[in-house]
Amino acid sequence: MKKLNFKNMKKTTKDQIVTYAMVVIVFLIAQAMIFTGNMSSLMQGLLVPLCIYSIVAIGLNLCVGYLGELSLGHAGFMCIGAFSSAFFTKCMVDTGMNENLRFLLALIIGTLTAAVFGFLIGIPVLRLRGDYLAIVTLAFGEIIKNVINVLYIGRDSNGFHISIKDANSLNLGEDGVMLINGAKGITGTPHQSSFLLGIVLILISLVVVFHLVNSRSGRAIMAIRDNRIAAESVGINITKYKLMAFSISAAIAGMGGVLYAHNLATLTALPANFGYNMSIMILVFVVLGGMGSFRGSIIAAVILTMLPEVLRGMADYRMLIYAIVLIAMMLFNWAPKAIEWRQRHSLKKIFKKKTEEVQE
Amino acid sequence: MAMLEVKNLGISFGGLRAVDGFEVEIKKGQLYGLIGPNGAGKTTVFNMLTGVYKPDDGLIKLDGQDIVGKNTVEINKEGIARTFQNIRLFKDQSVLDNVKIGLHNQYKYSTLTGILRLPKYKKIENEMNEKARELLKVFELDDKEEYLASNLPYGAQRKLEIARALATNPKLLLLDEPAAGMNPNETEELMDTIRFVRDEFDMTILLIEHDMRLVSGICEELTVLNFGQVLAQGKTSDVLNNPEVIKAYLGE
Repeated sequence: MKKLNFKNMKKTTKDQIVTYAMVVIVFLIAQAMIFTGNMSSLMQGLLVPLCIYSIVAIGLNLCVGYLGELSLGHAGFMCIGAFSSAFFTKCMVDTGMNENLRFLLALIIGTLTAAVFGFLIGIPVLRLRGDYLAIVTLAFGEIIKNVINVLYIGRDSNGFHISIKDANSLNLGEDGVMLINGAKGITGTPHQSSFLLGIVLILISLVVVFHLVNSRSGRAIMAIRDNRIAAESVGINITKYKLMAFSISAAIAGMGGVLYAHNLATLTALPANFGYNMSIMILVFVVLGGMGSFRGSIIAAVILTMLPEVLRGMADYRMLIYAIVLIAMMLFNWAPKAIEWRQRHSLKKIFKKKTEEVQE
Repeated sequence: MAMLEVKNLGISFGGLRAVDGFEVEIKKGQLYGLIGPNGAGKTTVFNMLTGVYKPDDGLIKLDGQDIVGKNTVEINKEGIARTFQNIRLFKDQSVLDNVKIGLHNQYKYSTLTGILRLPKYKKIENEMNEKARELLKVFELDDKEEYLASNLPYGAQRKLEIARALATNPKLLLLDEPAAGMNPNETEELMDTIRFVRDEFDMTILLIEHDMRLVSGICEELTVLNFGQVLAQGKTSDVLNNPEVIKAYLGE
């Protein structure tokens, strides 16, 4: 059997393994804490949202860190994933379909729908660059949220009824059921998301993005980011790979949305959950964790989501401390002096020194 | 038959006629030089040949194929590769990956194959690595394949750019001031490399250069551009002794 030698492995492979291991270890620790009763119910309630934010941050990092385009509309793709999957689940809930199969289908539908919208929105948006692209994605994100807020869909024996006016204009028959009720959203989606499921989905999205960026297509995407003109000169189809990266990024955000939808009994498209606040929050995770570092995105998402809850006891100072931590993390990650300090004091070096001393 | 045949090529930017009536014929395996004072329109000619600019009029035939109106990507697939005056490498990627990006259209597998890591992925990636290392070896960069492209010394970056262009398997290689910023030793070395590339890959090369030592040392024929028009054309030694050319370069 081929022996795995961790030291001689390629840097990217090592990076992947460390990231997978980190996710699994965090999962095991959290599970242990739940079993031994060391985790408050408040914290337990945070576990699934942590997974959701991590997944969406991974998706956005593909767009920001690898495609090199700032998207402020990823909450919109999350919203599409959430509503399309919840809609499917709601339609199927009475058919007696196997629960797990139903969720799997919902997951696929949510992810694919988000990918399709990512593709469609990407066609006009990716013609722009930089600030302009960021602002237009912000607008599309808001449009998605607002359209869903006025969408009414019901079903009776005659089939589906769709309206963007109000519930009455659907003219549902006596046996009619409201599926999407405008601003009231979708109610009664079964609670199927779990921490385990969230972790599995994080691992799946990690595998997808890691494998993508280390493949022929991933190299093409990074070539476009590094130098568009040179990428064109070696025969790389810019539009194709930009759209591909953007759609996959949207699809992963949509996957986070599916998890979100099945974690709540009532799904509504509010500014707080699918508005630009959310998009910016996810972008903060990505930037703080390091653009291009998926592991960093997850760590930032976990720390910054847990912090306000941990600090709840301090009431008045909560947001102040949150802001300070935000600034401190930014400095630690990106200030040139801090990077230098970290390199000098990295764990690897300390370990190396110790082993050398022992050998002497 | 000529590898590259250009007839009556012209382009205007607003009121400025940047290139007018440009003509050239380059035979297969030839080392051809394009020289001229700053602003003469040399890089503009390159940009028209590679589809960055669409010429207003004229004809460009590569190996008998008309390529006017095609975009950069299509023209690269037809067989023209280039380097840039101001080096354009993929800075944040390794030396090896830079060449592998050049191999993009030579070795293919789908995105899904890449994500699912099907057996084909491993097979083709190995082939790509092998081919890329082969190219790096030609340019003596094989011991630096793990370096970030931006960490290479200047001369090596120029070489890497040529390696990347060759990776696209071109019929015609365009070099835009390959010796710019090099010291005499590096230029000497570069001349050997260019000659080697021509012989080893049986390549047709058209280069823009200001360094007369390089031009007279390796180019077999020259075209001199001045104010967008052809001033002189022919054998290198004849052209460089042409009084008109000396006047354009040195002034009266």
